[in-house]
Amino acid sequence: MKKHGKILLALLLVLGVMVLGGCSKNENSSDNPQSGGVDGADTATGEPVMGGSIIVGITQDLDSLDPHKAQAAGTDEVLYNIFEGVVKPDKDGNLVPAVASKVDISEDGMTYTFTLRENVKFHNGQLVTAEDVVYSLKRCAGLLENPDPEIKVSSALSGISDITASTDASGNPTVTLTLSEANTELLGYLTCAIIPKDYDKQADAPVGTGPFKFVSYTPLQSFVIEKNADYYGTAPYLDRVTFKISADTDAAFLELLAGGIDIFPYLTSEQASQLTEDFNIEVGTMNLVQALFLNNAQKPFDDIRVRRAMCHAINRQEILDIVADGKGTIIGSNMFAGFAKYFNDEVTNTYPYDVEKAKALLKEAGYPDGFSMTITVPSNYQFHVDTAQVIVEQLKAVGIRAEIKLIEWASWLSDVYRGREYQSTIIGLDANLAPSDVIKRYRSNASSNFVNYVNEEFDRIYSLAVAETKDDAKTAYYKQLQELLAKDAASVYIQDPACYVAVSKKLSGYTFYPVYVQDMSKVYFVK
Amino acid sequence: MAQQKRSIKKNRSLIVGIVLVSIVLLFVVVGLFWTPYNPTQMSAALKNKPPSLTHPFGTDYMGRDILSRVMEGAGTTFLISIVTVLIGLVCGTVIGALTGYYGGIVDELLMRLNDTLTSFPSILLALVFVSVIGTGKYNIVIALGIIFIPSFARVVRSEFIVQKELDYVRNAKLLGAGDFRIMFVHILPNTKPILLSSITIGLNNAILAEAGMSYLSLGVQPPDPSLGRMLSEAQAYLLRAPWFAMAPGMMIVLTVLGFSLISENIKGSAA
Amino acid sequence: MRYYVKKIISLIMVLFLIMLLTFIAFQVIPGDGALSKLGVDAEEEAVEALREALGYNKSMPERFFCFMSGAIRGDFGTSYQYSRPVSDLLAARLPVTVGLAVISILMIVVLSVPLGLLCSHREGGVADSIITFVTQTLMAVPAFFLGILITLLFGLVLKWFVPGSYVAPGENFGQFLHYMIFPAFAIAVPKIAMTVKFLKTSVLRELKLDYVRTARSKGNSERRVLWHHVLKNALIPVITFMGMVIADVLAGSIVIEQVFNLPGVGRLLISAISNRDYPVVEAIVVYIASVVLIVNFIVDLLYQKVDPRVKLQD
Repeated sequence: MKKHGKILLALLLVLGVMVLGGCSKNENSSDNPQSGGVDGADTATGEPVMGGSIIVGITQDLDSLDPHKAQAAGTDEVLYNIFEGVVKPDKDGNLVPAVASKVDISEDGMTYTFTLRENVKFHNGQLVTAEDVVYSLKRCAGLLENPDPEIKVSSALSGISDITASTDASGNPTVTLTLSEANTELLGYLTCAIIPKDYDKQADAPVGTGPFKFVSYTPLQSFVIEKNADYYGTAPYLDRVTFKISADTDAAFLELLAGGIDIFPYLTSEQASQLTEDFNIEVGTMNLVQALFLNNAQKPFDDIRVRRAMCHAINRQEILDIVADGKGTIIGSNMFAGFAKYFNDEVTNTYPYDVEKAKALLKEAGYPDGFSMTITVPSNYQFHVDTAQVIVEQLKAVGIRAEIKLIEWASWLSDVYRGREYQSTIIGLDANLAPSDVIKRYRSNASSNFVNYVNEEFDRIYSLAVAETKDDAKTAYYKQLQELLAKDAASVYIQDPACYVAVSKKLSGYTFYPVYVQDMSKVYFVK
Repeated sequence: MAQQKRSIKKNRSLIVGIVLVSIVLLFVVVGLFWTPYNPTQMSAALKNKPPSLTHPFGTDYMGRDILSRVMEGAGTTFLISIVTVLIGLVCGTVIGALTGYYGGIVDELLMRLNDTLTSFPSILLALVFVSVIGTGKYNIVIALGIIFIPSFARVVRSEFIVQKELDYVRNAKLLGAGDFRIMFVHILPNTKPILLSSITIGLNNAILAEAGMSYLSLGVQPPDPSLGRMLSEAQAYLLRAPWFAMAPGMMIVLTVLGFSLISENIKGSAA
Repeated sequence: MRYYVKKIISLIMVLFLIMLLTFIAFQVIPGDGALSKLGVDAEEEAVEALREALGYNKSMPERFFCFMSGAIRGDFGTSYQYSRPVSDLLAARLPVTVGLAVISILMIVVLSVPLGLLCSHREGGVADSIITFVTQTLMAVPAFFLGILITLLFGLVLKWFVPGSYVAPGENFGQFLHYMIFPAFAIAVPKIAMTVKFLKTSVLRELKLDYVRTARSKGNSERRVLWHHVLKNALIPVITFMGMVIADVLAGSIVIEQVFNLPGVGRLLISAISNRDYPVVEAIVVYIASVVLIVNFIVDLLYQKVDPRVKLQD
């Protein structure tokens, strides 16, 4: 690994990339009284033992074993163990070389050149060739001749105009990406899996290059992987990992209590506190922006004074205290605290809890007696439902009569997210591997702009930010964008929720990632 | 002698049933005007507190007073189940009477529709209703009421098929009574015993259905309480805070037991 | 003969109706398979392309008849969510649900007949009062809650089984059976309660009839009268009732499969509905309806066997 150290450093300097989305370790997890013990790899309690097999609980069925077709975060975090891209995220949120050993980005941000690592083998024994890499990237970017409609092409990748294979001066195979417009943040999207070129059974028996190999998958039941002894990097400790698919968190919780599961991510704080006897509870952050999103195009939220009144009327600390035992990080704009480099902490308290001020603003906006409103919440997220209940109570103090409407996730997607037919909604938004991804939905004409936020100034600064190659200028732009969102009170930003993982006391080495990843290669049994 | 003993026992059961239902009704009626606390008032400091003098039934996972929530929730559940059964009973009786009495192609069609609805997944049916008429207390009543019509119709229909062949109906016909008079004045009173037990089972099922809808988040919307919603919220806390499930659970059991004791023994003394 | 023809025609009619209803349901509820599959980050064009590929852009009647003609040939198409043939998905899950149903129905029959007789033997006695109270209470517990209670009691307190340790029947049949007992029990309990109540009413009605008095006067013991004379007649209405129970057991297994983490048809149905996986839902609905109808048909036949007074109406 050492020889790649320089490249890694260079990458960080150029991009300062921090990946986001999953459950990452809380920096100050020491303030967690329930946590009984180990905290990730740093405080391992015993010597690692090679071998053994474990059961990891998950609550979402895999939507596809083909890594390019898998859309759900719950699938990505499991497939991370079998697949790798040219680069892949590490636990600190850096992108480290994987199938490629070196990345060169041209200064104008128009071409990316990857040098392939030597002797990387697929699980079927074949060597990875430049053709395989070109095929995989083209498939991800929708550049194959007959693109498969089930493959979701990220808008960032659609800026790629050509992908070619060649060899560099010293005879190593390389792959070059040419873009149609400058983008210095593309690497974050290039973690897409490298798969063999002429293999059409990816959806039934996936083949990749990662530390684990696929064994079996039974829908609604389990996904089993085993150690890849030929892995080029550090081989995993465990021989076999079974991901067990539970119907929901409650069912999984009962299995945890009965000892049927060794590791379970995404517990509630309430459940975590009941498990301290046999499990170590690790606390991280979800890397989500949880907010009461307001439809800026609908009355009364088309009035900035009303949106500001809402911000003043909602007590975020009380929400944390009631729904999460005070855990979580309060935010004031559309960025997570874990994204430290870009996170603008100055906007967190733009709107302190102030009932009188809220009432005054409402009066000014012509609602001296408040109004009635609906909060639409996807019913499968109890956490958001509970948050909504607290908000309904808090809004009563300023005369706003809020009503909760629970809808199914599929209906939420089509009515709220696509159709934008709602007044307000509570949801947690995650993001991909680039700062632009966190915030891009607020562009006036973005198809994902479901809050209908319109601000030309924002659009202008956003395009400057994405094209900017100098790191500090880029950071300043992103901080400015957050300021705009806060000033306009685009929505009521609440928190980046805390995340609890139960790990059996027999095990150690569980590692939090700032993306959706359950990395089993670092987990081991202790003596 | 034995007969007399039995009827005393019947009366005693009837009284017990009335007492049980009255207890629940007392909670409901008082709850309409007064509850010890605001049923939706939360507090971070009072989360998951066991029963005490200030909170006789304890508090829930958001620090709300369970007694107040049960009082309001029982009212909601009561209203939903009674109106649901009424809708099912009235519509079901009319449909069952007509189809059972006349028979023919309409009967055949309705019965096939009935079969269809019985094997149709209730979750999908509920989703359809919710998307057409929306969620909330009153919409749930309509949705459940419609879902309950087929079972009542089926019971009444089979009673009518049997009864219409009996002598008293023939006599009435000979005396020139009209169809509707025969159906609703002559036959209907004779279906009373079977209707009474259908009503009890119906009430039972309505309470269960309300809980099921809440479990699927389709029923009464939070933060408003209903017994079913409270029970589905409580399931995650059964080990940590068992009192959370106790109060709504007891209310459901009291109601159902009370109703069944009443109906069984009214039926008994009528027969 | 005419009877069977008529039965088959009505069976086809119901199947057609139920498919039509499901189709209409999917037109009414919001959301679509393409959107559910691609999720939040998908671009507009990607969703459109997948909608096109899944056939959403065809006209409504065209889509319905496309599906119908496939179904008649026994081909339910490909699942939107899993991109696998629906028949494969169903075939893998059927044994679980059928196993669950069979075990719970066995439990219902084995437990409710003796309990029902015990109650009616001494109406108003201690045993009767206790059983009546318990059954009445159990009928009032929602299925999801009963499932959790049984898991807590047998799984965590008594440790008779490990929640979630389901094993496929092909892997280890003994362990499969061992695990299935508990979810089956959760399904059976409320039905046992109902059957006991129903049987009791039925027996009590029979006991008032003349032939019982005759049998008693001939010096038969009370036990003999009950088992040899009354039971057979009292069971006739119970058989019809059991037909309804089987439909209920199928419906009940949906929630219980969720609570006990069983990879059965019910859980597939729930996940298919929430992912708007239309082909899978259609197939499952057709399957449930067929089972219910066939069971009812068998009940009719049995009814005639047990009670020769009943004629098959034509």
